Amino acid sequence: MLGSITWRDFTRHMLKNRLSLVGLILIAALFIIAVIGPYLAPYGPYTTDPINKLEGPSRVHLFGTDNLGRDLLSRILYGARISVTIAVIVLAVSGGVGTVIGIISGYFGGGIDNILMRITDIFLAFPRLILAMAVAAALGRDLRNVVLAVAFTSWTIFARLARGQALAVKQQDYVEAARATGASNFRILFVHVLPVCISPVIIQGTIAMGGIILTVAGLGFIGFGAQPPTPEWGVMVADGRNYLPTAWWACVFPGLAIMFTVLGFNLLGDGIRDILDPRMRR
Amino acid sequence: MLSYIIRRLAWMVFVIWGVMTLTFFIARVIPADPVAAVLPSNAPEEAIERMREEMGLNKPIWVQYAKYINGILHGDLGTSIRTRRPVLDDLLRYFPNTVELSVVALFMGTIIGISLGIVSAVRQGKALDHFSRVFAIWGLSMPAFFTGLMLIILFSHVLHWLPQLGQMPSYMRRPPKVTGFLILDTMISGNWSLVVTELKHLILPAFTLGWLSTASIVRITRSSMLETLPEEYIKTARMKGLRESTVILKHALKNALLPTITIIGLRVASLLEGAVLTETVFSWPGLGRYATASFLSIDFSAVVGVTIFISFLYSFANLAVDLLYGYLNPKIRYT
Repeated sequence: MLGSITWRDFTRHMLKNRLSLVGLILIAALFIIAVIGPYLAPYGPYTTDPINKLEGPSRVHLFGTDNLGRDLLSRILYGARISVTIAVIVLAVSGGVGTVIGIISGYFGGGIDNILMRITDIFLAFPRLILAMAVAAALGRDLRNVVLAVAFTSWTIFARLARGQALAVKQQDYVEAARATGASNFRILFVHVLPVCISPVIIQGTIAMGGIILTVAGLGFIGFGAQPPTPEWGVMVADGRNYLPTAWWACVFPGLAIMFTVLGFNLLGDGIRDILDPRMRR
Repeated sequence: MLSYIIRRLAWMVFVIWGVMTLTFFIARVIPADPVAAVLPSNAPEEAIERMREEMGLNKPIWVQYAKYINGILHGDLGTSIRTRRPVLDDLLRYFPNTVELSVVALFMGTIIGISLGIVSAVRQGKALDHFSRVFAIWGLSMPAFFTGLMLIILFSHVLHWLPQLGQMPSYMRRPPKVTGFLILDTMISGNWSLVVTELKHLILPAFTLGWLSTASIVRITRSSMLETLPEEYIKTARMKGLRESTVILKHALKNALLPTITIIGLRVASLLEGAVLTETVFSWPGLGRYATASFLSIDFSAVVGVTIFISFLYSFANLAVDLLYGYLNPKIRYT
């Protein structure tokens, strides 16, 4: 299933590694907050209260308030949903497109493979953030465009991965048999080759997730992507930055939210990599 | 080896062509109307028409493309609307500042990374091992802009130890330009107190950028040290009665370092990416901040110029690592 290792072994190793367990817990918490966050939030994400602006953390406002008196805790809870949604969509788009390109490339081989892989190489010649910024600038600043921009830069790794899988599978007897019985290429690709790619792609996706969230938050911080007053974490850090020396909470709490999210994915990803690399599995 | 290098260079030419083409596509084909991106929405009809002509948009797309490639090959990246200078001049002016920042950042990241990697391997499974791994992965998880802001709060606002923005106080005079690298130029001019000031300005941004690199360096140093430490020759060195520090630093580390060097080389390319956010937070006048400002003001000539410039650097860095690795590791066969 995952090279030399079964799902059961995988789970056993995962549970033994305390750091990746911490990662798993952080991510579980993130997804739970993304779902029920809006119900937990004590205030609305856009409810302003100019009299109580830039109030420090207190019992009324656990994380304090921002420059318009909005409750930071509530905004961070709502923001979780935005971050998770963006990351999942980016992953679905880039993973989907990458996988399809990869299996076509690997299965057909020859000229098609050559062209597709050279295009992949050209994409890899760009630093990701720069390419994402360029695309976001060309499309216009808006949250949907950030999803497109980041997906535009993230599909390459999935394409290479899926291509490798397809190359391995296409020699298998059952694929030969399917071809012999007259199955069309389309059918072979999607019924026999695609399923084999799914678990490596999901695993690679988990490893890539931290980087995707960082890129999205970075774009938000710079001023692309979500625009104020959207409670996107990167935007909130950029907002809070203007009140820095006195109202530190306005940028510290959203920043910590990004950090713990990415930390969760990185710890988990690190654990996965350790398990898949037999030399590290000690 | 020679044929390998030639093949890699030919490949490089192809990649550069690809980078230019994709950038053209992003700048000219993706925006529904490039003029709308430049002019305000209520611009009069004739202004829009004039701008179309000026940007060459009334010509067929392949003519635009040919003109664009021709310009780049002649070093003409157009003029920035924002700074009103030729884009290439801007890039060459800011580039040394990014190099200065990245070199120091990589140096800091490498020193910290290798030390933690060694400690981690020697004390495998102990508290120090866990600490190093967490520190490394934490650095990878901190958004560079957030690390920067936290360091500014701590070291500038609370402790008042270090300055927070720029390369040097704006009221001080820059040394005469010799190399373009600020600290080198200041050294040449002999103004040592200014060198100290500049180094102080450099510490926080360099650490912010360098921390991003420690994660991969710790990881690889740790794993290759773990592979080296059980070897026979390490046991022999110990039996000879050598001090433990000599055994680890001279015998084990030396042999464990090759993968680390590769990773450090690969980090050179990613530094350019980290520099974008780091420079934005610290108002560091480098390529990254120039890129951000150009992208935000949709200054298309600058956007295209900076994208191509950075991607060239990125590809060259990767090529250099490949060649260096082949040189360092004779086991690799060039096929």
